[in-house]
Amino acid sequence: MSPHWQVNSIAELDQLLQARIPYAALLGIRARAGEDGEPLFLLPYREANIGNVQLPALHGGVIGGFLENAAVMHLLWAREAFELPKVVDFSIDYLRSGKPLDTWARCEIVRQGKRIANVLMSAWQDDPARPIAQARAHFLLA
Amino acid sequence: MWLPVSSPEFFERVSPWFMAMPHCRALGLQLRAASRGRVVLALPFREALIGNPLTRVLHGGVVTSLIDTSSAASIFTLLDAVESLATLDLRIDYLRPARPDATLYCEAECYRLTDHIAFTRATAYQDEPQRPVAHGVATFARTPVPAAVAGAL
Repeated sequence: MSPHWQVNSIAELDQLLQARIPYAALLGIRARAGEDGEPLFLLPYREANIGNVQLPALHGGVIGGFLENAAVMHLLWAREAFELPKVVDFSIDYLRSGKPLDTWARCEIVRQGKRIANVLMSAWQDDPARPIAQARAHFLLA
Repeated sequence: MWLPVSSPEFFERVSPWFMAMPHCRALGLQLRAASRGRVVLALPFREALIGNPLTRVLHGGVVTSLIDTSSAASIFTLLDAVESLATLDLRIDYLRPARPDATLYCEAECYRLTDHIAFTRATAYQDEPQRPVAHGVATFARTPVPAAVAGAL
């Protein structure tokens, strides 16, 4: 296992999610290539990610953890970090209830300096134009 | 200033249901204390919650889930009937890493409850409460639950 987190492709990112990040494996997070070549992150539906059973709806913390993890992975993929970035703060708006369906996410690095990166994240299910959550976070790059 | 939960009979019924949410079980969350407006939840350490295999610190997402759940639970200490609580927004400052092999606790407080909105704040800590791992603030939308659904609890 390399001490550094160098990622050369989205396939490697996907492998890393499953093999090296226990919490990402617990949620079932995967990485896929989007049409524009940027990574998309996939949270396949599973019962263990449900919060409210009556609705039913995905647990808000799962959506938050999924997006936060997506941002870390996006920074590795964009080669803005060769160690795992450390989250400094995280802010999420929940826009729609997360249905018991696969959830997708994509990230955008808004600004990155030498040490700090600001990342926007968006999660959706059937329609990218109808996000279920949007988040932003700051990360400390090693 | 300690006070008992607003409706002990209701809270005794609702808290096991709340803590049995599939993702609460998947993480292993436990309710440790409850009073009017406040709860303490505990999350025992497990390898599956690690975010970085080299340092073995907990994943930030685990802290997010703990704070979100604790914050919602604190609202139920003020209610006397089931309702649906949807997180509107949640903001977290990560003050220091959550060390491996130690239980992570979260004390959450609902400090303002209106007809439609609940405002919460929460602190996550390990062995030393004066050295918090994270602070979180959140707002929740309150929605009544149909009597038929509420009656099933």
